Amino acid sequence: MSGDHHDHDHDSSELSPTALRVRALESLLVEKGYVEQAALDKLIDTYEHKVGPRNGARVVARAWSDPAYLERLREDATAAIAELDFTGRQGEHIVIVENTPDVHNMVVCTLCSCYPWPVLGLPPVWYKSPPYRSRAVIDPRGVLSEFGVELPEETEIRVWDSTAEVRYLVIPMRPDHTEGLDEEALAALVTRNAMIGTGIALSPEEACAEGGGE
Amino acid sequence: MNGVHDMGGMQDFGPVVPEPNEPIFHADWERQVLALTLAMAAPGGWNIDMSRHARESLPPAQYLSSSYYQIWLAGLEKLMSERGLLTGEEIETGRAAEPPKSVDRILKAENVAGVLASGTPYERPADEPARFKTGDRVRARNLHPEGHTRLVRYVRGHAGTITRVHGCHVFPDASAHGLGERAHWLYSVRFTARELWGEEASARDTVQVDLWEPYLEPA
Repeated sequence: MSGDHHDHDHDSSELSPTALRVRALESLLVEKGYVEQAALDKLIDTYEHKVGPRNGARVVARAWSDPAYLERLREDATAAIAELDFTGRQGEHIVIVENTPDVHNMVVCTLCSCYPWPVLGLPPVWYKSPPYRSRAVIDPRGVLSEFGVELPEETEIRVWDSTAEVRYLVIPMRPDHTEGLDEEALAALVTRNAMIGTGIALSPEEACAEGGGE
Repeated sequence: MNGVHDMGGMQDFGPVVPEPNEPIFHADWERQVLALTLAMAAPGGWNIDMSRHARESLPPAQYLSSSYYQIWLAGLEKLMSERGLLTGEEIETGRAAEPPKSVDRILKAENVAGVLASGTPYERPADEPARFKTGDRVRARNLHPEGHTRLVRYVRGHAGTITRVHGCHVFPDASAHGLGERAHWLYSVRFTARELWGEEASARDTVQVDLWEPYLEPA
């Protein structure tokens, strides 16, 4: 992908005013020597191809299958996640929150769009949108129902608003009838939304139907 | 700052609309804005709190009518022009009119992986012991600073319980304005939905908010 992100642009005449403005800005910043084109390409490649929710799914799958690992996540999730080489920007201080039959956790950033990049990648548009940011804290059950998640009245919905640099990763409940699955098969049940709390983990049958994953 | 960015508890923005199989970027320019924003922090010397403040202090109508990466773009332009890296005219025309400003560092391709992997941890050694401990009842103070703050409006004046002490972290209210790090103890505070939203709210649901010590008083 490196270096080719201009190649499939259309003619400038078809670009939006924002696209034209950004293209001009990038040229200007390269010309002034403030940015290096190769560094820009590397940044894009990283977030487009190397960092994403499959990282988080591996963390969850290990937490489900290795009690000692889960304990390390509880003690210091940043360090335990770093064991899998997921570190850095927007994941400097990670805390896990565990779903149980009594508590369902859900994460939002009402002020901007804070999100644990090293384990989930860049956030989807809905996470960054005013409807989610405004309503997750005041109407979590309404928001969950828009994702097709209906929880019993007795379940506490615990919403985490990422107002500092701490980033929260939801460990969803392990689906039933998954005792024999290895970590890789378990990871296929873990969706991005399950790790934000706007979804729950898939059953093996659902994962099969979806081709495993997002 | 009581800006439109502080959206928690607002109503009438409509339903949440998930996009099936959403692409990471919806246009090439979004990729470029992400990369430019990350890369320009090196010559610009700004931190994440300054970036957030640049975005949230856009005119409210512009903020609300812009997409996420349009907000990033406008924030980046604002930071660059405030620091004299580009003039307003250069941003508008896309053409260099002034020689480049001398900068301390730029982000080199070979350093990208290392910079991203190390990130920017915000925990700092504590000068004083924490004022509160897990289980303490606290009230979010009724503060309305004109500058940047991470004290969300919907908790101000409300009482909650400390559930976790995160450590001593850089204080965004100072850091966003170049006033140094002024690290303070950071706590996770649990508020009941009824405390925040009244008797109509669920008796079981709760909201956890990370709040720095200067935002809190004993309840």
